Amino acid sequence: MRRLTTALCAVAAAVALSGPVAAASQDELIEEGRAVYHDKTRGNCISCHNINDPIANLPGSQGPMMIAMQQRFPDKRKLRAQIWDATVANPLSIMPPIGKHWILSEDEIDAVVEYIYQY
Amino acid sequence: MKTIKSMLLGAAFAVLSQTGMAAESGFTLETVNPEADRLALQAFYQERFAGVPLEDYVNGIYAIDPPSRKQWDALEEFPPYEFDLEEGEELFNTPFANGKGYADCFENGGIGIRQNYPYWNAEQGSIKTLEQEINECREQNGEQPLKWKKGDVAKISAYMAWTSRGKPFDIKIPENDPRALQAYLDGKKFFYSKRGQLNLSCANCHLQGSRLYIRADLPGPMLGHPTHFPVVRSKWGEIGTLHRRYEGCHRDTRSVPLPPQSDEFRKLEYFQTYMSNGLIVNGPGARK
Ligand code: HEC
Ligand code: HEC
Repeated sequence: MRRLTTALCAVAAAVALSGPVAAASQDELIEEGRAVYHDKTRGNCISCHNINDPIANLPGSQGPMMIAMQQRFPDKRKLRAQIWDATVANPLSIMPPIGKHWILSEDEIDAVVEYIYQY
Repeated sequence: MKTIKSMLLGAAFAVLSQTGMAAESGFTLETVNPEADRLALQAFYQERFAGVPLEDYVNGIYAIDPPSRKQWDALEEFPPYEFDLEEGEELFNTPFANGKGYADCFENGGIGIRQNYPYWNAEQGSIKTLEQEINECREQNGEQPLKWKKGDVAKISAYMAWTSRGKPFDIKIPENDPRALQAYLDGKKFFYSKRGQLNLSCANCHLQGSRLYIRADLPGPMLGHPTHFPVVRSKWGEIGTLHRRYEGCHRDTRSVPLPPQSDEFRKLEYFQTYMSNGLIVNGPGARK
C-alpha cells in the first residue's frame, strides 16, 4: 500500500509537470517504449508479439501481432488497461499482468503504449 | 485468494472444454476423475496437433514440431547419454560398503520397474519417486545420500529407465485410500495454478502455449513429459532429473522454486505421470 501511494504520488507529480514538455518529448517517449518493448529484461513484449519494426528479433507467437492498434483500440486508455492487467479480459491469459505485478513502471507502460500505438 | 484460485481453476476447466475436448473432471475430491482427465488431455492434443500418433508424445516437442525433430534426429545418432548410461550401470552394480547393493532394495532387482514410479505409498502416506528410493536405499545401507538434481542419482535413474524401455507407464491411484486421490488432485492443482510475478501456470505454456513461440523457445505438450527422464540437456551440458527441470520451469514464472523432491513436486510428478499412463518408458532422453 505504501508503495502504491508513493507510486500514485509520483504519477500525479509527473502528470502535473509533463504538460508543457509533452509535445517535445513524444519522440523520446516512443524511443523509450521501443526499448521497453524489445529489451529482454524489461517488457520483453517481443517474446510473445511480433511487430513490424526492423529491430524485431526472434519474435514469439503466443499473442497477436501488434498491428492496426489505433483501429483496434480507438480508446488508448483501453489499450493501456489491457497491458496493465491482461487477466481482466482473460483470467487465463498467458500475458503477464505488466502493471499489476510491477513488471514495468507506470512511466514505462505509458511509453510502450505510445510506441505500439504507431503500428 | 482462495476464491481467486478456484475461480481461475474453474475458468481453466471452462476454457479447456471450449476447445472441444472430452469433458475434463473437476478440482475437488468429489468431482475429480483422473481417468477422465487423462482421456481429455489426449483428446485436447489430438485435436490441436491432428495426425500426431499418441505414442509419439513420448518425444515431447519433437513429436509435434517437424523442424525441431530434424535437429533432434541428428542429435540422437550419437546419443549424448551413452556415457551416463554406462556409468549408471556400473554405479548400480557396485556394492555398498556393507556388501549389499541397489538390487537388494527394489522389486525385481531394480530391473524393468521404471513404469511404476512414482507411486502412492500408503504406509508412509506420501508419493515416492524413483530417485527418492535410490537415496533411501543408500541411507538404509549406511551410505551418504546423493544430490538430487544431477550426477550419480540421474545416472542410476537413467540406467534403471533404460532397463524398462518400452514398458507402458502404469501409475495407480488406489481407490481404497482417498489420500492417494488427494495427492493426484494436489498435483493437478499445482499444474493449473498461476504463480510468480509473471503469473504463469504450467498449463499456460504447455497446454495453451504449446508449439507457440516465446521468443526462441517452443514449449512442448505436457502429455509425455516424464516418460524420457532423466535427460541430457544441451543447455545443461549434462544429465539431469525431472525435478531439476521442474525447478527451472518454476523459476521461469519469476517465483522462488520449490526444492527438488519436495512434497509438491512429487505430487506434480504423480499427476503428470498418471497423465502419461499407456505411453512407454523411453528414458533416458536428449533435449535441446
Ligand atoms: C508470455 C506472453 C506475452 C507477453 C510477454 C506479452 N503478451 Fe501481450 N498478449 C499475449 C496474449 C496471448 C494475448 C492475447 C489475449 C490474451 O490471451 O490475453 C495478448 C494480448 C495483448 C494485447 C491485446 C491485443 C489485441 O489485439 O487484443 C496487447 C495490446 C498486448 N498484448 C500488448 C503487450 C505488451 C505491450 C507487452 C509487453 C509490455 C506484452 N503484450 C507482453 C501474450 C503476451
Ligand atoms: C514460460 C513458459 C513455461 C512455463 C510457465 C513452464 N514451462 Fe516447462 N518448458 C518450457 C519450455 C520452453 C520448455 C522446453 C521445450 C520443451 O521441451 O517443452 C519446457 C520444458 C519442460 C519439461 C521438459 C520437457 C521434455 O520433453 O523434456 C518439463 C517436464 C516441463 N517443462 C514441465 C513444466 C512444469 C511442471 C511447469 C510448471 C511448474 C512448467 N513446465 C512451466 C516453458 C515453460
